Amino acid sequence: MNAQLFILALFDGVAYAALVFMVAVGLTLIFGVLRVLNVAHGSLYAIGAYVTVSIGSAIFAAGYSPVLAFPLMLVAAILVGVVLGGLMEKLLLSRIYDRPEVLQLLVTFAVFMMLEDVQRLVWGNQPYFQSAAVNLLGNIELFGVFYTSYQLIFLPLVALATLIGLRLFLRRTLTGKLITAVTEDREAAQFIGINAERVYLLTFIAGAALAGLGGALASPTTSVLPGIGTEMIVLSFAVVATAGLGQIEGAAVAALLIGLGRSFAVYLYPELQVLVPYLIMLLVLLVRPEGLFGSPAARKI
Amino acid sequence: MNASPYLLEARDLQIRFGGVVAADGVDLAITEGRNLAIIGPNGAGKTTFLNICTGWIKPSRGRVAFRGRDITRMAPRKICRIGIARAFQHPQLFTEHTAIENMLIAASARSGRQNPFIDMHNLPERGEMMHLLDMVGCADVADRMVVELSEGQRKLIDIAIALAMKPALLLMDEPTSGVASAEKFQIMDILVKTLAEAKVTAVFVEHDMGIVENYADEVAVWSGGKVQFKGTPQEVLQHPEVIRDVIGGEVA
Amino acid sequence: MTFPRRAILPAILVAALALVPILAPFLQVVLIFALMKGIAVLGVTVLLRAGQVSFGHALFFGIAAYAGAFLAASPFDDLVLLVLAGLVASAVTGLVVGLFVARYRGIFFAMLNLAFSMIFWSILEKFYYLTGGADGLRQPRPTVLGMAFERGPFEDILYYVALGLALLLGWFVIRFLGSPIGQLFQTVKTNETRLEYLGISPRVALIKGYVLSAALCGVGGVLMATAQGIVTPSYAYWVRSGEMVFIAVLGGAGSVAGAFAGSIAYELVRTYAAAFAGDIWQLLLGAFLLVIILFAPGGLVGIYNSLFDRARRGTSGSGKRETGVPAKSAEVRS
Repeated sequence: MNAQLFILALFDGVAYAALVFMVAVGLTLIFGVLRVLNVAHGSLYAIGAYVTVSIGSAIFAAGYSPVLAFPLMLVAAILVGVVLGGLMEKLLLSRIYDRPEVLQLLVTFAVFMMLEDVQRLVWGNQPYFQSAAVNLLGNIELFGVFYTSYQLIFLPLVALATLIGLRLFLRRTLTGKLITAVTEDREAAQFIGINAERVYLLTFIAGAALAGLGGALASPTTSVLPGIGTEMIVLSFAVVATAGLGQIEGAAVAALLIGLGRSFAVYLYPELQVLVPYLIMLLVLLVRPEGLFGSPAARKI
Repeated sequence: MNASPYLLEARDLQIRFGGVVAADGVDLAITEGRNLAIIGPNGAGKTTFLNICTGWIKPSRGRVAFRGRDITRMAPRKICRIGIARAFQHPQLFTEHTAIENMLIAASARSGRQNPFIDMHNLPERGEMMHLLDMVGCADVADRMVVELSEGQRKLIDIAIALAMKPALLLMDEPTSGVASAEKFQIMDILVKTLAEAKVTAVFVEHDMGIVENYADEVAVWSGGKVQFKGTPQEVLQHPEVIRDVIGGEVA
Repeated sequence: MTFPRRAILPAILVAALALVPILAPFLQVVLIFALMKGIAVLGVTVLLRAGQVSFGHALFFGIAAYAGAFLAASPFDDLVLLVLAGLVASAVTGLVVGLFVARYRGIFFAMLNLAFSMIFWSILEKFYYLTGGADGLRQPRPTVLGMAFERGPFEDILYYVALGLALLLGWFVIRFLGSPIGQLFQTVKTNETRLEYLGISPRVALIKGYVLSAALCGVGGVLMATAQGIVTPSYAYWVRSGEMVFIAVLGGAGSVAGAFAGSIAYELVRTYAAAFAGDIWQLLLGAFLLVIILFAPGGLVGIYNSLFDRARRGTSGSGKRETGVPAKSAEVRS
């Protein structure tokens, strides 16, 4: 592997890690607060990508400026978060918070099955591609390698802003503190008058919107086609599990680890590309069953 | 092998909750055949002491020996197999099973049978398990789901399960808490008789001085992060410091 | 011991199944797949009894199918050997994977199983010089105990093998679940603390049932590959795992009879509805799964039991409703 390939792999890894982080952080946020693993999270990512691509193609074809690609991503994310996330929480999850974990998993799994078909019904089996956002930002030369500014600068900046923003939000704002309080002790939080149902709904919408945003951000860099959601849920679970469930900063580190591992595999052992994220996860879990940053749950008697 | 004169011996234990040292330099020895009550204020580390003796938690310092053998770092299931059983403040039962099935599961665990063609309900230990349920006064509810039973009955079944392991030592955490006070003495009567019949030495954490006075052979007073005093119930209950620090506090 | 009245209808259904190749050959293809899937679903059912769900059990279905296909390419191309090879391959894989996943419960357990199956699936897809990639491997018709058969008789034989194995394995699972080792396995669902304090490692108790569940999925998989004459990576894909979980819940989560009732109902509906609803099949499945979970958690067997109880209460007035989870009443304990 020469220096140029090394740099390329590095850039690929960082760009990919930024995308995976966006999805994984939503997954881990939802888990941290609701204690529910949303298996349909990958579908929300895919739908975020589809919505961005199809609306984007339509408005650019109508002659609007490609600059709109960026606000469009936010719109798509909010649509996914409020419409799909809001409905899912209100209609389904809110009924089953007191049920066994296995049932909660089955419910989100059922939604996942449904959304996979919904995508096929709405968008069919053909791939979509709309790279206006990437073209707009052009290329950049760094360490002798040309790379798209979108992937090398924009995506990592968005991921970093999300990480810092979430942290500040949870630590500094009143709503954030309420969310943290509900996470730590739901009954006590309700006792002092916090509306836990509301916190759950808002958190789920936020987490779903992050998945949608991840898909929106990914859409100009790749073909959007059936199956991307499935790959993403397993991958983002790998990130979240490697980090430790509910660990927000940890998810960033794990996303980098897995993103870089995957991109180096692409150049060194292409057959292993799909395997590397899982191998990293399994290795980490073998040594630390609670993930890199997770602490073992105290076993109460 | 049996170098120690004691059944269980804890030396210089340090107990921490997170970063806080709850108890330090705890020494406690248990003599075979002498039922020991541990009294003291909440949060003193008494339950944690039972957790350490059964391997659930490792102490930050010190050691525990059972019949002279160091068990400080042993897994709970190993400690259970060499003769220390445990009953809980909140009964730990198999909630989708009946009382007798709970007992038979304990018998299955003890026997280690791997044959998938035996029906658990036909185990040869069934009679013995019914007898244990009978001893704790729960034979009449043997076929009821444990979740339908009263807290007192569930605590007794929890103890019967522990006894099914044929232990030499039984550690109990507040065996009569959550039970109506009229029932308490009745339960303790049954219990002490059962233990004597099964030749099991008991250690129990207890807050009720009436129970301690009537049913313990020895009492250990746990306060200020140490075992301050150990003696017969009469000695302990007349001890001025105990009256001031422990009993006074409880009554108030 | 009298014949329990609750078992009359299931007994009639089994007898009807045995007569299908003679009386209703048009159902034979559908039902042979239903029986084979039912055996695999039985594996998922076993795990549900310990309160665990796996989103990756198609791994064992696929491993066994590929093991069978590799063996079928050798001179040892006999049905009995194929089934044995599938059983061994899936049980050994189950032990290796089980040693790892049995450290986890709930979410991690479900998702790590999914991760393992995705790893295996991507190996099948990428290492095409070994596995044939997405095209899969052809599996020629094997001999049966050294005798070669034409297509027609072979399909009849395979049908009765599937029915026989379904009954045998169903019976075995009921015995296992009622035995000391199976009961200890199931307590992982309700109280691991007590289990540990009975001198048992919950992890070891779980692994034993896990290996059984893997082996059951394996037997289902190798039979299915033999019936279809081809194995493809789709055998190990998550869709297959999801289908197995779906059928287990449809039949009655944790019920042995439910595994087969569910898979027969599923295959019949799929065969006749797929023509109309091929595009929205997953959508229908997902929606139906939600309806069962939220409104009929006992599944088909739960519905049958409550109808049976209601009918009996109506006629004799002495019907005593068993308490406890609906899943339990499915198992005939006598």
